[in-house]
Amino acid sequence: MSAPDAAQPNPQDPATREGGRFVFRARVFSPEDLRRAHTRIAHEIVERNHGAEQLVLVGLYTRGVAIARRLGEVIAGFEGLEVAVGSLDVAFYRDDIGLRPVQPLGTTEVPVDVGGRTVVLVDDVLFTGRTVRAALDALTELGRPRAVQLAVLVDRGHRELPIRADFVGKNLPTKRAEDVRVRLAEVDGTEDGIELWGPADPAGEEEA
Amino acid sequence: MMRHLLSIDDLERSDLDELLDLGESFLAVTRRDIPKVPALRGKTVVSLFYEDSTRTRLSFETAAKRLSADTMAFSVSGSSVAKGESLRDTVQTIEAMGVDAVVVRHPSAGAPHRVATWIDAAVVNAGDGRHEHPTQALLDALTLRRHRGIGLDGARVAIIGDARHSRVARSTAKAFAALGAEVTLVGPPTLLPESLIGWPVATTGDFDELLPSLDVVYLLRIQHERQDATLFPSLREYTTRYGLTVERAARLKPDTLIMHPGPMNRGVEIAAELAEGPGSVITEQVANGVAVRMAVLYQLLGTGAPVA
Repeated sequence: MSAPDAAQPNPQDPATREGGRFVFRARVFSPEDLRRAHTRIAHEIVERNHGAEQLVLVGLYTRGVAIARRLGEVIAGFEGLEVAVGSLDVAFYRDDIGLRPVQPLGTTEVPVDVGGRTVVLVDDVLFTGRTVRAALDALTELGRPRAVQLAVLVDRGHRELPIRADFVGKNLPTKRAEDVRVRLAEVDGTEDGIELWGPADPAGEEEA
Repeated sequence: MMRHLLSIDDLERSDLDELLDLGESFLAVTRRDIPKVPALRGKTVVSLFYEDSTRTRLSFETAAKRLSADTMAFSVSGSSVAKGESLRDTVQTIEAMGVDAVVVRHPSAGAPHRVATWIDAAVVNAGDGRHEHPTQALLDALTLRRHRGIGLDGARVAIIGDARHSRVARSTAKAFAALGAEVTLVGPPTLLPESLIGWPVATTGDFDELLPSLDVVYLLRIQHERQDATLFPSLREYTTRYGLTVERAARLKPDTLIMHPGPMNRGVEIAAELAEGPGSVITEQVANGVAVRMAVLYQLLGTGAPVA
């Protein structure tokens, strides 16, 4: 497959918000890899929680919401029951409001009362942990879950807060200046996959 | 990036869309069990009102509190203004206390613009004389958008009443027109603007002729305090020709929306029972007002706009 040849820095990503040109470096997951990761994570979630009855999968915008829906479908497929799936927008809970333009990405919608249930937060990439920190605050206002777990497709390291994932698709060591891009058909309109991108000018990686 | 919100003219179409999108997000927040987010923690918003107001002031205060900002209120009575302090001195005193935004209502057109030149804090115009009331326009636009979809393309809007003295009419007409609506001002010549420069509108004196074609009937308050100016013969005559009576409402399309910025004179510009009728979105306007003011405060204080 050929790599996209030009890219806009993703303003939502702290690693790329300084601007500059990014180039494709490596393909980390194929569509099949991504499907297998979804399947495995879905099984791990159900195994860890001894069933899916009391679960709520809550995706973080944008791609986490799509991943949560996929996990919900996979679990429904092998457990034969509908898992509650919700979406969470954490913009107004972030700690970098005022430092960069923070805009909401969607509407928070959790179809069930989270009180007493186990919430699995779902996101595409775990990086600094600040999004998850904001999500924990946002979740608190919806109720008091029995427990909160975290599922991510990629853990790329560089944590700035004491946060870890319970379910991980792939641990991917990265440089701080690099960018991990998860592509999902229903969000991006492209083939599923995970790619590693980096600055076109490698001097930018000195600080990494 | 917005520094102040002084006039609808300062907003491009994309700014309007962005503010209204953000307003939708905050509307969702205000409907939660805990209708509050920590977005503006540590920021201070002062309302500086040189004119009476209940809804605008409460709305801004609610908006600031739901963003977790601290609020202070200043009103002319009981302040040093009664001792003769100038606007400039008052504003600079308030700023010295360390505030991030000042919400200004003033009887003189242009007062918020002047305030904006004196201080570093963000300034929001909450109504200046006969000039503008931009947050009213935004809440009206959000209300209409929620019923019509994002573009207001081709929506036929009549604004009925004292447009000449109305800052609401000016701001709302501009916002509606910028979003693609066709706006007509309706009223006797004495209540229509002296000049239409800067007004993206048509005018007419014949409300009845327009009725069947309208998507939105926007009623302005008849300002009793201006009655002695003899702009029209009597309230009864005004109601006969320009009031939204039950008979007139019956000639509207079934889905025509009825809007009013409040406070209403029931029985004058609008029949009492129509204010709660099926087409009325008047209470929605109030709820949307809080959301849109949250959007404005968030956009001014929360988006990392460089301080000029």
